[in-house]
Amino acid sequence: MTPEIVTLANNPALYLVSMFAKIFGVFAVVMGMVAYATWVERKVIGRMQTRLGPTMTGPAGLLQPIADGLKLFFKEDIIPTKAHKVAFLLAPMMILVPALITFAVVPFGGDIRVGDYLVPLQITDLNVGVLYIFAMSGLGVYGIVLAGWSSNSKYSLLGGIRSSAQMISYELAMGLSLVSIFMLSETLSLRGLVEAQSGYGWYAFKQPLAFVLFFVAMMAEVNRTPFDLPEAETELVSGFCTEYSSMKYALFFMAEYANMITMSGITATLFLGGADGPFPGVINFLIKVFACMFFMIWVRATFPRLRYDQLMNLGWKIMIPLTLVNIAVTAVVIVVLQ
Amino acid sequence: MEALVFYPFALVAVISAILVIWCRNPVNSALSLVLTFICLAGLYVTLNAPFMAAIQIIVYAGAIMVLILFVIMMLNLSSDVKRGIRHSVVTGPVASGLILFFVLYFVGGGEAGLHNGTLLAEIVNKVGHTEMIGAAIFTQFLFPFEIASILLLVAIIGAVVLAKKDV
Repeated sequence: MTPEIVTLANNPALYLVSMFAKIFGVFAVVMGMVAYATWVERKVIGRMQTRLGPTMTGPAGLLQPIADGLKLFFKEDIIPTKAHKVAFLLAPMMILVPALITFAVVPFGGDIRVGDYLVPLQITDLNVGVLYIFAMSGLGVYGIVLAGWSSNSKYSLLGGIRSSAQMISYELAMGLSLVSIFMLSETLSLRGLVEAQSGYGWYAFKQPLAFVLFFVAMMAEVNRTPFDLPEAETELVSGFCTEYSSMKYALFFMAEYANMITMSGITATLFLGGADGPFPGVINFLIKVFACMFFMIWVRATFPRLRYDQLMNLGWKIMIPLTLVNIAVTAVVIVVLQ
Repeated sequence: MEALVFYPFALVAVISAILVIWCRNPVNSALSLVLTFICLAGLYVTLNAPFMAAIQIIVYAGAIMVLILFVIMMLNLSSDVKRGIRHSVVTGPVASGLILFFVLYFVGGGEAGLHNGTLLAEIVNKVGHTEMIGAAIFTQFLFPFEIASILLLVAIIGAVVLAKKDV
């Protein structure tokens, strides 16, 4: 009997057990990576700036994320008197939850054989997987906008307004840069996209321009330097999260790194072949995710922040026309090769 | 199983839709509308239309509502809108009554009744919902699609002209 993919219909027990195991596993790994991404970032940037980074808490400063978490946990939780309470409480959740649930469609390895069934290492495979990612990243904007508005502070409001304009602009470039990928793969399911790239036919090689544009747009989407205008410290104190303290501030911090990990996972899946490579599946995937994250940290240590008009010019006048040209060229090449 | 998914989504959709017009604070209304859109997306999924669900969230919840929130924030309408009878009190019920009448007419009159079309759930699941919509738009409905594109283009040019006072 050839093994078939486990579903709720053909083996409910195995399906439910594997599903819970995958959900808890992914959640635990992502949260662990969130904690240690902060440590890696401080260490790497420290070395790049000829400093040492954290060294005191634990060997090589390894307990630093835990100490930071505990410190924030015991801080006083302040809600400004004139804040809009519901939106103020909702905003940190609205920003963290979309970042985490986006991982539901990212395949992080090949299939595992259990008896007569195949368990795919992906929480769920949607027919519209990539659109689901866009939908979730679109919902992530609410967290920032609401945080900015509900705090009732001018710095927060400016941060929120900047970020909504930035995310709407770069979402377009991000979506359009992926269209040329779908033209090659002819599917929107992430599992199908990984299969289409198997054997080193990665879209980063076939579509280098789309890869670069997607990566830049992605960094703008997750508000990383050089696109971190919503929280530009020199002008806006801390931008949209100026008025937040204690665990709510920690949630924003976690959301930033969770977004970074999720977007690295998506880049690895869409452009770098997912679990394709020389090692066992999951290890390949993790190497690619770490490489993307390291690159983002490297960029942060290298480039200064863009000015606001430069940001908008880059998004609307350079990136979107380039993605359109890329789509047209890809279409012509596909038709000629047929 | 379907009822188990349908009723919670429908209930939340109706409650949040009522909240949209009930809330005095425009930001609360906008957020309730977002919740309504998300619930509608859930209902589309139960109708075997995942593409519609995703587009519903991307376009309505993700783009249009963000712009509306953006405008509300920029205009600083945080104080409550003043009470008072305006023309909307009359036009609102009349418009929604008319829409209800048309829906009841089409559903009850057999125009969208229970005869089996070609797009059965099995076919949609096999071919893929996105592929079917794409094929339909670019073959059968190409002309309306082009008209809609031109309409959007005109709207964009109009917006640019309005925004830029000296072109």
